[in-house]
Amino acid sequence: MAYLELNNVHKTYIEGGEEVLSNINLSIEEGEFVAIVGFTGSGKTTLVNLINGLLEPTRGEVLFKGQPVVGTSHERGVIFQNYSLLPWLTVEQNVLMAVKEAFPKKSKAELKSIVADYVDMVKLTPAINKRPKELSGGMRQRVAVARALAMKPEMIIMDEPLGALDALTRGDLQDEILNIWGKDKRTALLITNDVDEGIYMADRIIPLRPGPKATLGPEFKIDLERPRDKTEMNDNPSYKKTRNAIIEYLMDIGNERKAEALTPIELPDLAPKSFVGQL
Amino acid sequence: MKQSITLGKVSKFMGLGFLSTLKNLFTGKLSKEDFRAFLRKTIVPIASILLFLGIWHMGAKALYNVEADFKINKALEERGQAAADEEAACIASGDSTCQPNSLPSPAQVWGSFKSLLRDHGIISADKAAFKEKTAALNAKRVAKGEEPIVYTGRPSFVDQIIRSLKTVFAGFLLALFIAVPLGIFIGLSPTLKAAFNWFIQIFKPVSPVVWYLLVFMIVKTLLIDSSEDSSFTISFISVGLCSMWATLVNTAMGVSSVDKDYINVAKVLKLGTFQKIFKVILPSSLPLIFTGLKITLSVAWMVLIAIELLAQSPGLGLFVWEEFQNGANDSNAKIIVAMFVIGIIGFLLDRLMLFIQNSVSFVKTDAI
Repeated sequence: MAYLELNNVHKTYIEGGEEVLSNINLSIEEGEFVAIVGFTGSGKTTLVNLINGLLEPTRGEVLFKGQPVVGTSHERGVIFQNYSLLPWLTVEQNVLMAVKEAFPKKSKAELKSIVADYVDMVKLTPAINKRPKELSGGMRQRVAVARALAMKPEMIIMDEPLGALDALTRGDLQDEILNIWGKDKRTALLITNDVDEGIYMADRIIPLRPGPKATLGPEFKIDLERPRDKTEMNDNPSYKKTRNAIIEYLMDIGNERKAEALTPIELPDLAPKSFVGQL
Repeated sequence: MKQSITLGKVSKFMGLGFLSTLKNLFTGKLSKEDFRAFLRKTIVPIASILLFLGIWHMGAKALYNVEADFKINKALEERGQAAADEEAACIASGDSTCQPNSLPSPAQVWGSFKSLLRDHGIISADKAAFKEKTAALNAKRVAKGEEPIVYTGRPSFVDQIIRSLKTVFAGFLLALFIAVPLGIFIGLSPTLKAAFNWFIQIFKPVSPVVWYLLVFMIVKTLLIDSSEDSSFTISFISVGLCSMWATLVNTAMGVSSVDKDYINVAKVLKLGTFQKIFKVILPSSLPLIFTGLKITLSVAWMVLIAIELLAQSPGLGLFVWEEFQNGANDSNAKIIVAMFVIGIIGFLLDRLMLFIQNSVSFVKTDAI
């Protein structure tokens, strides 16, 4: 039995409406790093919310360690796309709020030292008393990473965590997340729209065919040694092959979609009447 | 240095940011742009105030002349040339018995303001003397378990202002303690929202006068055995009921429209209901709650005059009404004094709310 399993999951938002996700089957082993790559609007966030428990599947089942997922749980930490920090709390308070909920029995001093450790891990100790508004996008996402990890979840679910960041900050944060993941090998699920990010970080990449009726495509294994090096990777033949295969696959999906959109629509006959002689 | 920073912050909080340019003017650190800002923020308001006073003065003078001509003509028609001349001489002499009674000029209003302050000084002295005189007697009476003798002379203008402020403050607190908790419950529960919606929609537009009458009906019966003056109770409850709607609606709206991301965070962190309300929902709706409270306070101050007048509660409202009924020589000027005092206190109350809002809420709001 896999660590996380999705069996024939379907999701519709309106009863009897069109399916956003259709027939999703996914299984992730413990300690694995899986990336799901897809176009924007393909139902990625819906998939994440099904796994973290914010949404329930319309049909099918989501199993976490063999048990159906009902509601959210501290075992699955979530890093949201738009940071979702509470703007009226400082960095420390934002993280502390999560830690307090995860370890209700610990003393205040213990909680504070956990917070300090994780803030230090994402290199934000100098900004610990600042509010999110005073931080850059990259720093805010670091806080969100610290908040999710400080709860010591068994699985980390990341919903396009780096989507809103510039390329340089992105690279930095990718390394940081990999570092943290490598330390205690938690299971990780990354949702992204960047193929290179997926290849650099994950063990497996699964494309999501765009919705409506989004479903998962065939998986691609990434057989690169860790730790990976971005510049070396570019010359690695196996990297090139995988990357081309994934991009080709995604391009094909994109073309299919375009072709669908281009099916000729019969235009109404709107030839103007002749007004000659009538004026 | 530190002190000047805090001073600058405080003045900015109060919406008096131009003070910092004024400070720069004196310390000589004034760039060209600062000077322009100084012109716009300080000189322009002062110039417009002077212009306002000028127009007021001219208008008052024109109205005075119309009234004076009418008086002289009337004397001429009714009693002949000699009486008309006498009337004209009387008006010119400034005798208070024959002054035309119209819109008072700025100078008259200023004079009335000073006379009201003098009057306050006299009454305060009188009160102090009374207290001294009755101190020994009152001590005896208290020892015997009797009520002490209290001063029952007429209140001064300042006493009336204080009374009005107390009424508004009590009414505002009443509105706060009813509207904020109720608003939170309505915002959280669609069922309660449906239950209260008709109620809010119907009672929100009801006039202060009707609220006063309603409160009067109820309080009169409740306090039927009490010999005490119920005008304060009636007026502050009416003020609270009139003004609480803005806070109620804003709180409910703020609570029900919390950003979905924050709710998701609360769910993922598995916050309890109590924690969710106090750590997530309330802080995020504070800006809207404060907008409501600000409206509530200004509405409370606005309806106060009408309600004090009806309730015969000795505050500014009653002052205005009594001066109008009085019809004395300087009554009109005193009414205008009251108008300015009401306006300025209303402005200060609004700034006070802005100050409190900016010190507790995460969104900084600028003064308008």
